[in-house]
Amino acid sequence: MDKEGTCLECGVKIGLADDTVQGEMLQCPDCGVDLEVTSLEPLTLDVAPQEEEDWGE
Amino acid sequence: MSLRLGILHSRIRQEEKLILAALKQRGVLFDMIDDRQVIFPMRSTALPSQLLAYDLILERCTNHSRALYALRILADHGIETINRFETASVCGDKLLTTSALNRANVRCPRTVVAFTPESALQAIEVLGYPVVLKPGVGSWGRLLAKVNDREAAEAILEHKQVLGTYHHSIFYIQEHIAKPQRDIRAFVIGDETVCAIYRRSDHWITNTARGGRAENCPITPELNDLCLAAARAVGGGILGIDILEDADRGYLVNEVNYTIEFRNSIDTTGVNIAERVVDYIQEAARRKTT
Repeated sequence: MDKEGTCLECGVKIGLADDTVQGEMLQCPDCGVDLEVTSLEPLTLDVAPQEEEDWGE
Repeated sequence: MSLRLGILHSRIRQEEKLILAALKQRGVLFDMIDDRQVIFPMRSTALPSQLLAYDLILERCTNHSRALYALRILADHGIETINRFETASVCGDKLLTTSALNRANVRCPRTVVAFTPESALQAIEVLGYPVVLKPGVGSWGRLLAKVNDREAAEAILEHKQVLGTYHHSIFYIQEHIAKPQRDIRAFVIGDETVCAIYRRSDHWITNTARGGRAENCPITPELNDLCLAAARAVGGGILGIDILEDADRGYLVNEVNYTIEFRNSIDTTGVNIAERVVDYIQEAARRKTT
C-alpha cells in the first residue's frame, strides 16, 4: 500500500491498495462510511453517493 | 484486439475491478467511460464525441435508467454494446421480464398487475395470501413486501400510492413461493450457463446484498435448459437468472439481471466469471473484426 487517504467522516487514515482505481468504492474501517476514490493524482476521497431507487444489477 | 473497447461505468464495484484486471492480464486495451461525466449526443445532433470512436462498449452502470438510455443512444450510433439495449430494457423492468418469459413459455411465479390500490387489493385476494409486491424497477431486494393478510395489503398499497413516485402505483403482484430457504442465481454468458449458486437465508429475501449466503449449485441439464430459455427470452447476453424452487412445479424463473454482480460467486463455484465475461467480449470483438 503506497497511498493513504483520510476518511471525511471520522478522520482516520486509510491505506489504499496498489491497484486502487478512480471511481472505486471503499468503506472506512473505523466508522463504516462508504467512500469513493474521486482522484488518484492527487489522491482524493469523497463520501459515496447515496443509493438511488434504480441502482442494482 | 484492434477495435476500441470502452467500459461504461458509474462507481467501481468489485465486479468492475475483476473485469478490468482480467482485461489487463490479457493485454486488451480499453478506456473507462464514467457515466457521470460523459455527454451523449443523440444521433441527429452532430456534436463531436469521443464516444463515437468506440466499436464496442461494455455497460457496467449502477443506475438502470442511465444504462438504458446510454445503450439506446449508443445503438442509434451503430455502436455495439454488451448487453444490448433490448436486453436491458426487458430485464430492467420486472413486468416486461415476466411478459417476455411468458411469451417464451418459461415457467414463472403467477403474477398479476393492477393500476389502483382498489384493483390491486382485488388482485391480491384472487391470487391468495401471501403475495409479494415488487417495484417494477429495483434491485438488491429493495422495497419488496411480503403481504400476509388484507390489513397489511391495505396499508402497503396506500403507502405505495401516497409516498411513492408514480412507478409505485404500477402494482406488480406475485404469488409467494414457499421456497426451501434458498433460491438460485445462475449466470448465463452467451449460450452457456457457466455456473450457479444457491443463495441461502432464513429470511424470505435471499439476495446476497441482503445477507443471503452463497453456496455452489450444480448445473443440471434441466437447470441449464431453463436458464438458456430465459436468457433467449430476454434477448441474451451476460445475464443473472434468479430461480425459485417450488415443491410442485419445480423451477420457476423469478427475475433476470443484466449487469451482473458476482463477487460472491467466483470462489463459491470455482468459475472465474470475470474471465468468462472477457471471453465473451473478445469473441464479440473477433466477430466485428473478421
